[in-house]
Formats: sequence, structure tokens, C-alpha cells
Amino acid sequence: MENNTKHNFSNRHFTLIFSIVGVVLIFIIRLFYLQVIDNDYKVWADNNAFLNKTLYPSRGLIYDRNGKLLVYNQPAYDVMLIMREVETFDTLDFCNVLGITKEIFLRRIEEIKDRRLNPGYSSYVPQVFMNQLSAQEYGALQEKLYKFPGFYIQNRTIREYEYPYAAHVLGGVGQVNRKDMEKDKYYVQGDNSGRTGIERSYEKILRGKKGVEILLRDAHGRVKGRYEDGRHDQAPVSGKNLTLSIDIDLQAYGEQLMKNKIGGIVMIEPSTGEVLCIVSSPTFDPGILVGRQRGKNHNILEKDPNKPLYGRAFMASYPPGSTFKPAQGLVFLQEKVITPQTMYTCVHGYPLRNGKPGCHWHPSPLNLISALATSCNSYFCWGLHDMLDSRKRYPNVQTAFEVWKNHIVSMGYGHKLGIDLPGENRGFIPNSKTYDKVYGKRWNSNTIISISIGQGEILTSPLQICNLAATVANRGYFITPHVVKKIQDLTIDSLYIRKRRTTIDLGYYDIIAEGMRAAVTSGTCHAAALLNIEVCGKTGTVENPRGKDHSVFMGFAPYDNPKVAISVFVENAGFGATYAVPIGKLMLEKYLTGTISETNKYTEDYIINTIITPTNVY
Amino acid sequence: MYTRKRNLWKSIDWITILFYAMMVIAGWFSICGASYEFDNTNLFNLAARPGLQLLWIGLSVGLIFIIMMLDKDFFDIFAYLIYFIIILLLIATIFLAPEIKGSRSWLVLGPIRLQPAEFAKFATALAVAKFMSQYNFKLNTFKNFIITLLLIFLPVICILLQKETGSALVYLAFFLVLYREGMSGKVLLIGFCAVLFFVTNMKFSEATVGITPIGELLVTIMILVITTLLTLSAGAKKYFMYSICGITAFAFLSGYLISLLIPVNFFWIGMGIILLLCCYLFYEAIHSWTMKYALIAFFALSSLLFLFSIEYVFNNVLEPHQQVRIKVSLGLEDDPSGAGYNVNQSKIAIGSGGMTGKGFLNGTQTKLKYVPEQDTDFIFCTVGEEQGFIGSSLVIILFGAFIVRLILLAERQETDFARIYGYSVASIFLFHLIINIGMVLGLTPVIGIPLPFFSYGGSSLWGFTFLLFIFLRLDSLRKER
Repeated sequence: MENNTKHNFSNRHFTLIFSIVGVVLIFIIRLFYLQVIDNDYKVWADNNAFLNKTLYPSRGLIYDRNGKLLVYNQPAYDVMLIMREVETFDTLDFCNVLGITKEIFLRRIEEIKDRRLNPGYSSYVPQVFMNQLSAQEYGALQEKLYKFPGFYIQNRTIREYEYPYAAHVLGGVGQVNRKDMEKDKYYVQGDNSGRTGIERSYEKILRGKKGVEILLRDAHGRVKGRYEDGRHDQAPVSGKNLTLSIDIDLQAYGEQLMKNKIGGIVMIEPSTGEVLCIVSSPTFDPGILVGRQRGKNHNILEKDPNKPLYGRAFMASYPPGSTFKPAQGLVFLQEKVITPQTMYTCVHGYPLRNGKPGCHWHPSPLNLISALATSCNSYFCWGLHDMLDSRKRYPNVQTAFEVWKNHIVSMGYGHKLGIDLPGENRGFIPNSKTYDKVYGKRWNSNTIISISIGQGEILTSPLQICNLAATVANRGYFITPHVVKKIQDLTIDSLYIRKRRTTIDLGYYDIIAEGMRAAVTSGTCHAAALLNIEVCGKTGTVENPRGKDHSVFMGFAPYDNPKVAISVFVENAGFGATYAVPIGKLMLEKYLTGTISETNKYTEDYIINTIITPTNVY
Repeated sequence: MYTRKRNLWKSIDWITILFYAMMVIAGWFSICGASYEFDNTNLFNLAARPGLQLLWIGLSVGLIFIIMMLDKDFFDIFAYLIYFIIILLLIATIFLAPEIKGSRSWLVLGPIRLQPAEFAKFATALAVAKFMSQYNFKLNTFKNFIITLLLIFLPVICILLQKETGSALVYLAFFLVLYREGMSGKVLLIGFCAVLFFVTNMKFSEATVGITPIGELLVTIMILVITTLLTLSAGAKKYFMYSICGITAFAFLSGYLISLLIPVNFFWIGMGIILLLCCYLFYEAIHSWTMKYALIAFFALSSLLFLFSIEYVFNNVLEPHQQVRIKVSLGLEDDPSGAGYNVNQSKIAIGSGGMTGKGFLNGTQTKLKYVPEQDTDFIFCTVGEEQGFIGSSLVIILFGAFIVRLILLAERQETDFARIYGYSVASIFLFHLIINIGMVLGLTPVIGIPLPFFSYGGSSLWGFTFLLFIFLRLDSLRKER
């Protein structure tokens, strides 16, 4: 009987075995899907377990050309939060500690969660709740931090400025925005980057490299240790230090002289292209644009009608006025329109256009050197006339003008020079098409006569004017002006070492230099004369249809082996000789001798105490 | 005495013991990974779980020797007594046990904690085997069937009263034994269908395409397929299958065309085909005067009825918290702090293992305790994370081979008692395998039962050791005679 029952159903064990095989197969397929095919789980697992703690590098320090520390770092504290770990807590207490209202708190949380404002948002990743706490706020929060799960404090640094000067050069650091984060994956919400000045142009060198410490945390968010004993951690790499070509004392002196005036001073060491000072006025203390006050103060500066944020010395462009005459002279000499001996007549004005543009009294006729010394308008009008309207050299006025333009552009006008500061103005040099458009094909030197004396369509920045002075000082070449002299462990861009030749033959520069020297010894620029130093210069008075004329000076010193080139631009200050020349003289004396001589003390006081009310604001 | 020992040595099934040893050792390594403490890295420390598990393993070996030394007829003779004692223990537990994690299943005697439910498995298996191996026993008589069910469900009731739902469900495994011993396959089929229909319907209860409820449509198609297969196996003519396929294809195709103009509920189309099929079956039943066609039609109709009643019972009879529990178990509702969280974290842990795993004690998810219950019910996560696809597949294959081996052993038994007991053992292991691994992989509902030999715990390890080695002892008698 036993056997009977057994045999009746014994084949049923195959059913069972088949189902076991089936189950095993289903499980293995499922495992294959989870472990081999689907990658999402691995990402989730990492998000679960790893707390990537960013280690911020210290930003590179900035020194002036004499090794004086200008910019350094101070510790600051950011409040971070990991959304996923936030539990219910006393919001009111939290707000009180940080000194914010509940509305601000709620709005901030909304902002963090909004992926449009914060594209990298993840509830697992620390987000910046509030940045740059002061040491006191930090202390108060640290004490109570255990009450606010999900909130952390991240150590960071903020910029600290040793001097309240050179704001436009040094620039500032601020929080990155969405565009920055999209452009460079290095940045995450809450990071800082250079916004202006060299902080911006040397951002990648100054910022260093963020490090990371990988911590393991358990299901409750408690840190349990370092992942594989820190084998995958990366130490932060500090940013590189910069040494500027700026002389901070000279810069400070320039800012002092330019106080209550609008304009700029640029000084360049001609042999190296190093910018010794680049003053824009009005200016501000760079120290007010750090920390949490940055936004507020920036707003105030932005609303100031005199635009202190605007670095006029390289961001603005003005007609160069008579400081353009040396450039004109060079072109005429190069194109053999004139020789150094060529004489032109002046009848208190340009005879071909019934005495317009006008000119002041001086002997006539006169040669190029005298024309530069006396700043004769007629001379350069004649020159332009002979160059453009004579068909002996060029088939038509367009060709002639293009030749002229190419020479001018080769001197650094009309395009960005390439200084290592963001926002440089390229100025404007017209070409023949510009005039074809306005006058058809029918134009000649008379139509555009004002460009011969640096007026009309021509626009240049104070930096470009200074660059012309440097080129004359070098007798024919310049090195792209730059404010960073040295980068720690790195060499500076070859652009800032290479000599740039103009299209003018070297020999012609001696004549121009002689003319500029004559302007100081016996011409319009005599106010720039210094004892024992052979200053060369050129004044400029820029006609301003919307207000009082601008006062301009450009020059270099000494005559032989020049050490420095300068340009000064003072808006609405009238004749070049009245303000720009004395400012230039003081700056040259300060730089070349280190002090201001007794004889010039009066001028110094007079300049410092002058307030030139802006009648026109660019 | 000497001869008996030598015989035992020879007649014991070493293959199964090898499986056992492999699983216990692999289990121990998994527990090391799962209960890793960052402050205490000594694996042999008796205050931590790896050390304790090692102790339980050692004691199990002692247990094995005791079982092997017992008289050959011991289990046959004392089957009912053991069952009786265990039932008493289970009842006592209901009243004596303190509440631990919501259940009253642990007996605490000083430093020792025992879970009698783990030992009730082998006791029930013994009693069922004893009862069904009576001379000239027929399962098909009403009285025998009821008594067998009583033997099975008595411990189930006790364990349910201890609020250990998972352990109670394990006893459903005995239906596989009953099936092997002659219970109609229809019972299994109906049970299987009921679970399948219920889970499918619930899983897709929210989903609709157009106005078609997906859950209902899927169940309808399942009913149609099963009914068709049954009709074919009952000896329907060949053209039957062609016509049913043709009609179905035609109906759904025209349904699709109509749905371009007006919304169509495909569920009604499926139901219409089933009703049509039933009409045909009734016609055949009357025409050929055979009962089986009528029964198949009856099956189809009651399946439809069941489908309708699921929704009704779920929405109108069950309490809201019970509804939530079922939905969370099926992974329908996200419950980050409850079962849904467990399954999600478990899938993350396993998924992060990749092809080859992160290596022993290198699993971040398990080491950092992301998976709750990871050294007991969710132990397989550790295998998945640290040993990867290769390791975890090997473990599953090992388990499968082990159970197949048990079934083959059971089949070769000469006594009904040993065979039935053997099947009980194999079925219980199979049930544990399906539910536990299925749960960890997110395939089956979350039912808290341990993975044999892997999950941490003395009671569980000893319970399974008893279960297995009593069978090996019975198996060894085969050659001793």
C-alpha cells in the first residue's frame, strides 16, 4: 500500500523542482537588473553614505611692486544646511541668533530649493544658507548649533584690504551667480569668485583649488569616520600670490591729488610696460565691498551720480585733444608728408578754413618741433590736408585715410591694448568707411579737420594716451601695459613681456620727443618743468560741447632713458595747463624723487584743495 | 555501539552537510559586514553580533551531535509529544513574553532569549509527518484533511496571537507538502491565482490608460489565459485555441479602432470574451455531459467575482491603517520611515554592489546602517553589496541546489514519515527563500522572516538546524536498516 501512494504522486516532485529553478532564475535576473544594468542605485548609495566636505583654499595674496601687502584673507563663517537632515527646530531662536526675520528665513529656504536660482540643488548636498558671519555671530550660533539639526558652519575666508586705495585695480570678490556656475563647473552655490579688477582677471590663479574630505555618515546623518582613512581626500591648493606693478604710495598720492575731481591718472614704466599707478576718480575704499555689507554698499556706489565704480582711467574714452598731436606728427613724418624742416603758416587759426580751428598767438610760420611746443593747431591741419588731399601719394582720399588709420592703430589706439584688467575701453579711431557713410565719397581733409587736433570722432582712454607717451619715451615701441608684475611660481603672460613695434620708423620718435621736451622748456607745458629732471610733455584741452573743456596732460621723464610715462585727464577743468599739467608734474616728482620739493608744496596744496564740480558726467 | 557509529558516519548525507556548512559560514561573514561597528572592529568579540553568532554556530554543532546520537525511532515515537510541548510553549509565550518591537514572541530567561516560533516549525513538521504516515492514510477523506489542517493551523493561530505575522505565514509552505501527498493541484492553483490576482490588481489599482483600469485588464487577461489553458488540458479540440485567439485579437483590435473615436474601456472587452468563453464551456458541458467544462467555467466566473470583490473588500471592509499596510507592503505607497524605506534602502545597497561587489567589510550602505534589520531579515543586502552580482547569485544558486537536494533526498525515503518530514523541511526552506530574498529585492511584499543560516540569531539558526538535521538523521536510517 505504501508503495502505491508513493507512486501515485511521486512525479509531483518535478513540479516542485521546476518551481525552485524558476524562482532561482527570477531572482538572478532581478539581481542582474539591480546590480549590473541599473546605475541609479550606485549614485543613490554614494549620496547616502558620503558627505563631501569641501575644504576651501586660501585665496592668493596681493602685494605691490615694493612688496607691501595689499590684500589678504580673514576667516569668515558660512551657515550651511543639508535640507534632508533638517528636522523641526525652534525657528524663532535660530532667526534671533542670526539676526534675521522669519520672513527672510523662509524666503532664503525657498531660494535654496528653487532650481532655477540654484541649479546644483540637492537635498543631500550642503547649501549655503547665509554667508560670511562675523566672529561674534559665529560664536553665538556655534553654541546653539546642536539645537538645529541639518545646519553646519563652513569655514571660509573673506578679503581684507590693507589700504583704502586702488579699488579699481584690485577689484572685489563676490558670490558666484547662476551664469558663472553654468560656465565653470568648479563653482557651486555660495562660492566666491573675483567680480572686478585683477580679482576677476586673475581669478583662476588666485582661487587655488578646492579640496574635499570624504566622510562617511550613517542613516542618522552622524559622521562615522573618513572614507578609507582619507585615501580619496584631496587637500586644498592655495591660490598663487600676485605682485603688482602698482606702487601703492604713488597710487595713494594720485588718488589724493584727484580727490574731488573727475578723471584719471596713468603712469607706466616705459621699459617694461608696468603700470605704476592707475588712478580713477572718484574712487572708493575696496574694504567696504566685502562680507555681507557688499550688496548694500555696492548699491550705494552704483547709485552715486559720479559713478565711483567706473574705472575711468581705462574704462572711459575721451577725445585726446592736443595729446594726439605727437601721433599725428609721427604719421606725417613716416608718410613723408612733412620733414622736420617743413614749415606751415598759422594766422591765429587754420587759413584754409577761414581761421578755424583757431589758434593762440605764436611765431609763424613754424616747424614740427615748434608746433608741438606751442601746440599749434594749424600745423596739424596743414599736415592732414597735405596727406589726404594731395593725389601725388595716394589715388584717393579713402586710401590715404586708411594709411593714416593703420599708423594710428599701430600705436595702440582704436583697439584694446590688452591690459590685465577687465572692462578696458577700446576707444575709437574712424576708418574711411565711417566717413563714406556720412558724406558719401565726397569728403576731404576739410570735412574732417577736427581729427587733426584730436577732436571729432576720435576717442581714446587715458591709458592709451599714457601708452603713446611710453612709446615716445621708448622711441618707437611699447610693451602692453599690465598691472601684475609677478605671479608666484608662474611666469606672466608673454604678451606683457613682448615689445610691440609701431609702423613708424624709429628715427622719427626723436623729433617728437624733442618737440615734447620743447613744450616743457619753452611751450605750453612749462608748468610741468621740474628741477634737475628733463620732463617732456604735451598739454591738451579737449573741447567739450556739453560743458567746460577737459584738461589733459601726457608726458614722460627724463628725456634720456625715461623712467616713467604719464597721462592725466581731468574732466571739466579747462586748459590743460591749469590742472592736468601740475598734477602730472607732482606725480612725476613724487615718483622720480620720492618727495615733493618745497617749491611745489604750494601747487600740491592748491591741487588737493580744488573741487571741480562736475558739470557733465560721463 | 561501535558499528552503529561507523554506520552513521557512512550513511549520513555529506552533500547536504556541505551545503549547510557553506551557508552557515557565508552567513557569518555577512553578519560581520552587516553588524560592523566603527568603534569595535574585533570580529570575535562576544559582546558584538559576529562573535555571538560564532557562539551560536558552535552550539549548533553540539546540537547536531545530540540529534545524531538520538535513537533511530525517537522522532517517530515522540513526534506528538514534541508537538504538544511546543504548542504549550507557544501559548505560554503569548502571555509571558514582553513586547519587543511590537510582537510578543520572545521568551526571556535571564540572559537567554528564545523565540519558540522558530522551533514550532520542526515540531509541526514532525506531527504532520506522523499523522499522514499512518497505515493506509488517505488525505482525500474529509476527516483526515481537516485534522491535518488543524495540526498546521494550531501553531499558526498561536504565532498570530504573538503578532508575528511573518512567521505564521511560513506554515503556508505545508500546502506544498499536502500537494505532494495527494492534495488536488486545484487547491494550489486557486490559492496561487487568488494571490496573483490580488497583488496584480492592487499593484496597478491607480493606473489607467484612457478609461481602462490597467489592474483589472491585466487580471482579466490572466483569467482568460488560465481558463484557455485549462480548457485545452481538459481535451478541447484544436480549433478551439485558434478561435479563442482570433476572437480576442479581433475584439481588442476593433476596440482599439473604436477608441480612436470614443473612449473604450478594454476591461469590458476582456470580460466579454471571458463570458463568451463560459457560454461555450457550458454548452460543451451539456453537449458532452462532462462536468469538467462546467467546473472550468465556474472557475472563470468566480475569478471575475473575486476580482470585483477585491476592490469592494479593500475599500469598504478593511480599516484605513490596514489598507496602508497592504499598499506599503506591495510598494504602492511611499512610506519613507516604514517598509517602503526598508525596501528602497535595500535595493540601493544591493544595486550599489555592482558586478563584483565592494569586498568584505567594504560595503558603505550596510556598514553605515542604512538598511534597517540588515543583520536579520535584510541580511541579503550585505551579500549583495559586498559580494556583488557574482556572490549573491552564487548564494541564491546554493540555496536552490540545497532545496533541490532536500527534495531528492525526500523522494528516496522508504518510510512515509521520513518522506513527508523531508518535504516539510524543503517546503519551509523554499518559502523562506522566496519571501525573504523576494522582499529584499523588492519583488514580494515585506514580510519579516529570516533568511535561513544567514540571518543573525540563535533561535533562528537552531530552529533551522533542528529542522534540517532531524531529517538527515531520518535519512541516515535508510541505510542503517
